[in-house]
Amino acid sequence: MNEILFPTPDGAIMDRRDAILSELAAIASPGCLIVSEDERRAFETDAFTAYRRMPLAVVLPRTTEEVSALLAYCHRTGLKVVPRGAGTSLAGGAIPQEDSIVIGVSKLNKILDVNLPDRTIRVQAGVTNLSVSEAVSPDGFFYAPDPSSQLACTIAGNIAMNSGGAHCLKYGVTTNNVLGAKIVLITGEIIELGGEAFDAPGLDLLGLVIGSEGQLGIVTEATLRIVRAAEGARPVLFGFDSSEAAGACVAAIIGAGIVPVAMEFMDRPAIQICEAYAKAGYPLDVEAMLIIEVEGSDAEMEAELARIVDIARAHNVSVVRESRSAMETASIWKGRKSAFGATGRVADYICMDGTVPTGQLSYVLKRTSEIVASYGLRVANVFHAGDGNMHPLILYNVNDPADQAKAEAAGMDILRLCVEVGGCLTGEHGVGIEKRDLMRCQFNEIDLEQQMRVRAAFDPQWLLNPAKVFPLDGRLGANEIAA
Amino acid sequence: MMQVLAPETEAQACEAIASARADKRTLEIVGGGTRSGLGRPVRADSVLSTQSLRGITLYEPAELVVSAWAGTPLREIETLLAGKQQILPFEPMDHRAIYGTQGEPTIGALAACNISGPRRVRSGAARDSLIGLRFVNGRGEAVKSGGRVMKNVTGLDLVKLSCGAHGTLGLLTEVTFKLSPAPRGSGTLIIEGLNDARAIAAMSMALGSPFELSAAAHIPSQKRTLLRIEQAPDSLAYRMEALTGLAKPFGPARRLSDSEAHEAWAGVRDVAPLANSKAPALWRISIAPSRAAAFVADMAAQNIAQDHYYDWGGGLIWLTSGLDAAKVETLQTAAAQAKGHAMLVRASQDARAQLHVFQPQPQAMMNLSGRVKASMDPDAILNPGRMYACQ
Repeated sequence: MNEILFPTPDGAIMDRRDAILSELAAIASPGCLIVSEDERRAFETDAFTAYRRMPLAVVLPRTTEEVSALLAYCHRTGLKVVPRGAGTSLAGGAIPQEDSIVIGVSKLNKILDVNLPDRTIRVQAGVTNLSVSEAVSPDGFFYAPDPSSQLACTIAGNIAMNSGGAHCLKYGVTTNNVLGAKIVLITGEIIELGGEAFDAPGLDLLGLVIGSEGQLGIVTEATLRIVRAAEGARPVLFGFDSSEAAGACVAAIIGAGIVPVAMEFMDRPAIQICEAYAKAGYPLDVEAMLIIEVEGSDAEMEAELARIVDIARAHNVSVVRESRSAMETASIWKGRKSAFGATGRVADYICMDGTVPTGQLSYVLKRTSEIVASYGLRVANVFHAGDGNMHPLILYNVNDPADQAKAEAAGMDILRLCVEVGGCLTGEHGVGIEKRDLMRCQFNEIDLEQQMRVRAAFDPQWLLNPAKVFPLDGRLGANEIAA
Repeated sequence: MMQVLAPETEAQACEAIASARADKRTLEIVGGGTRSGLGRPVRADSVLSTQSLRGITLYEPAELVVSAWAGTPLREIETLLAGKQQILPFEPMDHRAIYGTQGEPTIGALAACNISGPRRVRSGAARDSLIGLRFVNGRGEAVKSGGRVMKNVTGLDLVKLSCGAHGTLGLLTEVTFKLSPAPRGSGTLIIEGLNDARAIAAMSMALGSPFELSAAAHIPSQKRTLLRIEQAPDSLAYRMEALTGLAKPFGPARRLSDSEAHEAWAGVRDVAPLANSKAPALWRISIAPSRAAAFVADMAAQNIAQDHYYDWGGGLIWLTSGLDAAKVETLQTAAAQAKGHAMLVRASQDARAQLHVFQPQPQAMMNLSGRVKASMDPDAILNPGRMYACQ
């Protein structure tokens, strides 16, 4: 059995639960401490639902100062903390441990300041990703990173995982769109990283914190860049008779100096699943489909699409459907955007997230099918082709432990393949617990030790989200920071 | 004569650093030497040069990615990229004009010092394009972070941490940058005669328009406000016209010839307007654009600011001043109050040794930075004191 291990709960902490609850009650403001089993159950897992652990308690603080008091308490008493945004992690980044408390940021949900002349917005970190864009959309602006969970996921979670989305080919990921953050360290110290300006003085600790998976501190506020939306956006849909042709088309578009705002790939199983659900009018007789979106004025989009269509024709595209209306645009995107939900109707699935060099896309797709088939399972591929960030959805039955083990094993094989061809384990979902034990595929001991020493400079006792990212054995702590 | 170590391989670099650590010798890291005035002066026992760590190790035009050993001349890389109509997106500044240095800038320095230029407003800084690194830490260990793919969140981002650390955390040995296609066309509008506040308002308007400006600068001494769009020819023509219309409330805008525009932006990038200034201090101030004009006016009213200009739509101020300690402190305090920061980019060696070259930070930040530094370079042998005297 290759089940992901959790550390053995600390009996001394478990035995102190009642005392811990009353101590937390003295710190947390009224209505912010959750202790009953029923209510805690909502926090025992995230979107990586195959694993769950019931935390000692959940606290949902209302202010940065409260977060500070809570973390100082945890630091003083050696209590582990699992930070939580909206709990949409696909990698188990927010799954608790039995001897930990969860600190969630969901009550820190205010937009603090919109500054259109400077093109920035300051928010509390528990606001949802989508609500940031909604706050500025009446003025024609948006917040660029758009993970598919954007309706629910929080900025705190986006910062923890350095989230991407369909549009990061042009606009970058979270780390390229955050100017500043207020972060509470495990000691309770409150630190401002970055700020309003384009760059920050001293070491780029903000860049280090983004993507650190809640291991360095809890972010309570952030200053984000907002971007003026283009005059218009329009997708074109291409069908190809082979994945290779679709992959070559993607490479040729980039090679021609065109960087579309999005280039999304779906393979035949994914097309079938999404079409059955969304009735988007996708072609059912092709092996691969691309959705490519361009932006600009009508004339600019016409010209850009014409160049892209020419390239696709040179790669034997079999279906070309250019959007001619807002309705058609919505319909083309509807299928893609509902891919995960639609797949969930067909079967349980785990979603992998490795990135590969785009030149390796065809090979990796072929190998992915072979790997999954060798375990007797099925796979659907929906992913961001422009940046090589693959999302094979491995279909299995969650009620069958043997099936789940096979799906996980197939997923691990695919991720090893991604690393072998020059890519990485995770492009936007994070390591969490899911990929923790594969870290040695991508990094050697020295690489990992350096990361752990940096981690220990923030949290020498490993109290913050400690079961994640780094393999459980061989960890370096306080005594090894400067060894 | 100071000993110069010039490893030819990463393994030799590891040996050099490990043996320096064993002997308790400090090392000053140098690349092409063109930015030798940047940061606090380092008094080290030996020089560790990247000059022999050269060569492009990966170039995949269809994947928009290039990797090279840190000592590779930038010129070599830009020539290679130009052959495929590609560029480093962040338009890196060349410091030779302000320092009067010779030699060739290296690709490693762009990462080590996070060197960007006017296109930063649109395409991000060097740190945004840097996707992979190999470096040797102060233990003499070769460490890898990031990679060659542009979406990668695996493990802690030591790439961002090392970028702009001025060699205080490790010797960068190999760097990997994300690229962009070279612009198919470029046009620059000029508006003349605006005061600072109006110019910044014009730049904010333009940068907040849907026309995707790639640069916006204001040079008060020339009374010129410059707005640049980079697009394919048809699109460029349309956007230039649309932007001219939007700019009407600020006065008539005219388009510069391509050669004038090229010269103007190279000047903005390399600080040509202030390069020949005799003022003892040249500052680089990062600030929110909406606070920039008031900050400069305040510094002028206190007889601190002498001359200045703005890049990044007002988000970057280049400013000259005198160098007495009280004025420097006033300026850095004011920058911090305006939620920005000021870096002393050009001043005498003595001044840079005595003053805060990098904006002082709150004690909790300094403590944290100190622990991070110790985790990478426990005996503080790499570029000691380059950023802060205590590190």
